[in-house]
Amino acid sequence: MSEPPTATASYHPAIREERVALVDLLDRVLAGGVVIVGDVTLSIADVDLVTVSLRALVTSVSALVEGTDDSRENADGRWPG
Amino acid sequence: MTDSPCVWVYAVADDAAPAFTDGQIGVGGGVVHPLIAAGLTAIIGSVARSEFGEAALRQNLEDLEWLERTARAHHEVIETVAKEHPVVPMRLATVYSSDEAAAGMLRERATDLRQTLIRLAGRSEWGVKAYVAMPDDSADGPQPETDDPSTGPGAAYLRRRRDQLAAHRDARQDAVASAQAVHVDLDRLSASARLYPPQSAEIAGHCGSMVLNAAYLVADDRAEEFGAAVTGLAARHGTLQLTLTGPWPAYSFVGQDGTEDAQ
Repeated sequence: MSEPPTATASYHPAIREERVALVDLLDRVLAGGVVIVGDVTLSIADVDLVTVSLRALVTSVSALVEGTDDSRENADGRWPG
Repeated sequence: MTDSPCVWVYAVADDAAPAFTDGQIGVGGGVVHPLIAAGLTAIIGSVARSEFGEAALRQNLEDLEWLERTARAHHEVIETVAKEHPVVPMRLATVYSSDEAAAGMLRERATDLRQTLIRLAGRSEWGVKAYVAMPDDSADGPQPETDDPSTGPGAAYLRRRRDQLAAHRDARQDAVASAQAVHVDLDRLSASARLYPPQSAEIAGHCGSMVLNAAYLVADDRAEEFGAAVTGLAARHGTLQLTLTGPWPAYSFVGQDGTEDAQ
């Protein structure tokens, strides 16, 4: 699934990433931040947001991978006829 | 089924905070504004119940595009405030039915919030991740000794394969040990540290295996020293690739107990 490292991979000792990566952001806004239960989102507090977001991430990553393998996706995700 | 607006809470700052978020557009396209109560300022915005009410939220949180848009909007507002003031960021999806309900939260939690603000003053969060590139099987190891009559190509292949697997194991163990050493050193420069689970390679979109995913709360006047330490550690631990992100609002250091992993 992951591609082999390319020969041009960066060997900078420390890379300052300028753009905030979504995964880093989700680590923080879903697992960090102070948990004060809003009166509208009372039971959202019981939802494990990290698990929910991981599910969303994994689903979209696998969709991406499938998409590159097979653009002619049909209903059950199999190669048509 | 009226679509009455709800109140999205981004963060809490002290009461000296911030007219300057006023008018910024935040989550759900809502205009950001301050709400002052109990000597504290909640940074809030208006959002539609049809999109951010509980039932809708449960569904929307599973939609990665929605989640990304919302998380980025939440973060941008918090970051704007955090540049000028200590803030306590709220976890994503803290939603109240009215300004009055949000003000009630401020009054109820005022003592905790104020203590957290004091603890965070003059400090920022930095993220450090370490990756290790696993040795490449196809790469140019020792050539197969096909000309050795006593072993033959099959035995040579098996031996080479065994060596490769051992090299993988060793590389992984070395990397984990190096990552621990990196963490110990950076922890020493920090007021507090928090370890997150390593992100999987597919999700992180990075080659190699993540062996450290950490956040450090660092005094702003030591930020340069901290950055230099990361660079130095990267040079010392050549097998690791280190990345540094930040400064972040202190998302990782506002836990319920107020002290994530202090020592």
